[in-house]
Amino acid sequence: MKFIACTLSRTTSLWIITAAFLLLHQSGSAQETGDHQYTSAAIEAGSRVYVQQCALCHGPQGSTVDGIDLRLGEFRNASSDDDLRNVIAMGAAQGRMPAFDLRPEELDGVIAYIRAGFDPEGVAVRVGDPVRGQSLFKGEGACADCHRVGGIGPRTAPDLTEIGAIRTPAALQRALLDPGSALLPINRPVRIVTRDEEVITGRRLNEDTYTVQLIDSEERLRSLVKADLVRYELSETPTHEPTSLSSDEVADLIGYLLSLRGL
Amino acid sequence: MNIKHYVGVVLISSGLIQAPIAVSQVPYERILAAADEPQNWLTYNGGYSSQRYSLLDQVSPANVENLELQWMLQNQVFGAWQSNPIIVDGIMYVTERPNSVMAVDAVTGRVFWKHRHTPAENALVCCGANNRGVAVLGDRVFMGTLDGRLIALDRINGMPLWNVEVGDVNLAYSVTMAPLAVKDKIMVGVGGGEFGIRGYVAAYDAETGEEVWKTYTIPGPGEPNHDSWEGDDWEHGGAPVWITGSFDPELNLTYWGVGNPGPDWNAGQRPGDNLYSDSVIALDADTGELSWYFQFTPNDAYDYDSVQVPVLADIEFNGEATKVMMWANRNGYFYVLDRVTGKFLLGKPYVRVNWSSGLDENGRPIPTPQPEGMPTYPGNQGGTNWYPPSFSPRTGLFYFSAWQDYATIYRPEESEYVPGRAFLGGGFSVLAPVQGAPTIGIGRTNPINNWTDEVGHASLKAMDPQTGEPVWEYDQFDVSDSGMLTTASDLLFTGGREGYFHAIDARNGELLWKVNLGGQIVMAPVTFMVDGVQYISVISGNALATFALRR
Repeated sequence: MKFIACTLSRTTSLWIITAAFLLLHQSGSAQETGDHQYTSAAIEAGSRVYVQQCALCHGPQGSTVDGIDLRLGEFRNASSDDDLRNVIAMGAAQGRMPAFDLRPEELDGVIAYIRAGFDPEGVAVRVGDPVRGQSLFKGEGACADCHRVGGIGPRTAPDLTEIGAIRTPAALQRALLDPGSALLPINRPVRIVTRDEEVITGRRLNEDTYTVQLIDSEERLRSLVKADLVRYELSETPTHEPTSLSSDEVADLIGYLLSLRGL
Repeated sequence: MNIKHYVGVVLISSGLIQAPIAVSQVPYERILAAADEPQNWLTYNGGYSSQRYSLLDQVSPANVENLELQWMLQNQVFGAWQSNPIIVDGIMYVTERPNSVMAVDAVTGRVFWKHRHTPAENALVCCGANNRGVAVLGDRVFMGTLDGRLIALDRINGMPLWNVEVGDVNLAYSVTMAPLAVKDKIMVGVGGGEFGIRGYVAAYDAETGEEVWKTYTIPGPGEPNHDSWEGDDWEHGGAPVWITGSFDPELNLTYWGVGNPGPDWNAGQRPGDNLYSDSVIALDADTGELSWYFQFTPNDAYDYDSVQVPVLADIEFNGEATKVMMWANRNGYFYVLDRVTGKFLLGKPYVRVNWSSGLDENGRPIPTPQPEGMPTYPGNQGGTNWYPPSFSPRTGLFYFSAWQDYATIYRPEESEYVPGRAFLGGGFSVLAPVQGAPTIGIGRTNPINNWTDEVGHASLKAMDPQTGEPVWEYDQFDVSDSGMLTTASDLLFTGGREGYFHAIDARNGELLWKVNLGGQIVMAPVTFMVDGVQYISVISGNALATFALRR
C-alpha cells in the first residue's frame, strides 16, 4: 500500500489529484464496466415498454403499488434480475400482477430501466443471486477477510450490515471494479507516527483541526492530538485491488450486498 | 422576625444581592458614539461602521489563557443559532428561533423576560428559521420576523408596542436580519431571494411603526437601470437584503448588501445585469434615495449574494486619507471601494475563482462560465457569506472566514415564477472527490465530519486592504461560518463548525487559546464590560457561552 505524506494543516495537492481522477473516471466508466451493465439502448427500449405495459398499475414513478417502489429497488419478494424476469413472465400475487408475454430483449429492457432508476441516461447495474453472492462474499471474493456483517467479522474496514440501504447498485459495482474511484475520503487508510514513535495504522472515524479519531488495526478506538504526531499520512490507494471475480459473480455479490439492509 | 425578613437581612448583609440594574435610554446619540462606551455592544456589528472592533483590553494576549466560563444560556429550540446579542448597561438582548427575544442579565445569564412571536404558519424561508438579532433605540427593542413583520417591544418588560407588516408573507417575504436603528428610524430589508420576491430596504418611524421610506433593490419602469432587466423579470427578480447594513453619519448614507437575482441558477432566463442584485447600494438615511451602487456580480448564475456586512473605515489608501468600504464578497473577490462615490479602488481573488478570469479597471468581472458538468469555484455557499468580518484599526487588517477548495457543479433549468413558491432555476451539487461521497451542507447537523477537508475547508484570512493580499491565514479542517471580533489588545476571537472557540493574535495569526464548546459557531462573538469585568460571549450549537478572566 502506498502512502503519501500530508502536512498536518493539509495542502491542496491531494484534492487536485482526486478531482482530476474523478473527471477522468466519469468519461471512462462506460467502457470499464462493460458487461456488468445493461446498455443504454436496452434502458431506452425498456422505458418504452414500461410506459406501455407497466405504468398503468405501477405509475410513472413505479411507486403506486403498495409496498413496491420499482425506481428505488424495493420489491415484495424479488431481489435478483432473474427474480424480476420470473415475476414479469409468470405473474405474481395471485394474479394481481399478471403475466406478460414479452420478447427477451423487451424483458431485459424493462429490467434495465428499473435498475437504472427510471433514468433513461442512468446506469443499470446487473444484479444477480444474493445466495450465491453470500458464498462469494465469504469465499472467493474474500470480502469477509476485512468487512463485518451482522456482528461477524473484523471491524477494521467499514461494517457492511446496512450497506444495501445506503449505497446504490452502481456505487457497489464501482467499489468492486474500481475501488480507487469509490473509496470515500474518510475511509482512506491512515498511517501515523506519534512523538513517542508508536506507529498506528487504521481508518479515520472523524477529524477536526486539532484532533483525529480512528479505529486502529487492533480494532481499538483512538483519539489523537495532532500536535503530538510526527507523521500523519493518508493513503492514496484503497486497501484492496479491483476484484478478479467474473461479471456474473460480481452481479451475484451486488445482489447479496443490496440485501444487507440492517436490522 | 419572620423567615422572609430574616433571609433578606442575611443576603443583604453578605452582599449577595446586587443593586438593581438601572435601565437607561439609548438615544441615537449614544449609538452614534458607540465606540466611546466599549462596555456595551449597541448594534448588530458593534457600531455604525460595522468594524466589530472593541476598545476593551482587559483580556489580552498575556492573560487570555485564563479565560473561564462564567455562564451558559441553553437554547430551547434546535437549529442553527445565528443570533447576535446586543448588550446595554448589563442587559443582553438575544433572539431565539423562530422569533423570540430574551432580556438576559449579562453577568449571570439569568433571563428577565422573554417575548415570543409565533410567525404565521405559511411563513417561508429558504434556509432555516433564522433570526440574527435585534436593534435597540430609546427604551425599545426591535425585531424582524419570519412572516415579514417588524415588532417593537418595551425594553423593560418585553411587551409589544407595535407590530407592522414589512412584506407579504403570502409572497414569501421574510425578515431574518437584525434591524438597524438610525436617528428616529428603524430600517430593515427583506429575504425571499429563492421565492421570486422584489427586494427592498424600508425605514419605519421608531415611535409609531409607520413606514417612512421604501427603496426597491430592483428599479421599476422609468427608473434608472430598469433596462438591466428584460420583460417582466424585474417583478420577481429577487435581490433580497437579509443582512444588517452600515451607516456613515457624515455622509448621511446607509449601505446595504443586496442578494442574488432570481431564479438563482438560470442566468440565461433573466438576461441583463439584473441591477441591483449582488450589489452594494448607498441610500440616504432620511429619504432612502439611491446615492450610488456598485455591482459585484452582474447576471449572477451562482447564488453569489452580496449580503456581506459593509465594513467602513477611514484609512490611508495609496497615500491619501480615504473613506473606504472593505468587502470580501461571496463571489471570491476581496474589494476596497470609495464609500463616498462607490468608486472601485481594489479587487483581488482570495480563493480559487474560475467563474471569472479577473476584474476590469472598474471592478467589473470578466466572465468565464464553466462548461456544463464542470465545477465552478467558489461553490454555491461562496468564498465567504454573511458571517460578519472585523477590521482592527490597530493592525489595519480585515479579518473574515473563507471557504477554500470548495466548488459546485450547477444544473440550470428553466423555471416558471409562481407567487409564493420556490423560484430556483435548477439545482447544484457540491464537487466531491468520489461520486456519492458526503459533502458540506448549509449547516452542521452531525458531530462527525465524514466529508473531510477534501470538499472544502476554512481559512481565516487577515487581509491587508492596501494590497488585497492576506498577511496571514489560519486554516481549519472543516469549513467555518463564524464571524469575527477584534479588540484593542490585538486579540481576534472566532470559531467554526467544529465547535472550537479560538483566541488568535490579530497581528500574526498565532493561536493563543482555544476551548471545545462542541457545537457549531455560526455567528460572531461579542464583548462587553460590567462592573469592571470584561466578558466575551459566543454562541455554539444551542448554547450561548460567556467567558471572563479567572478571578
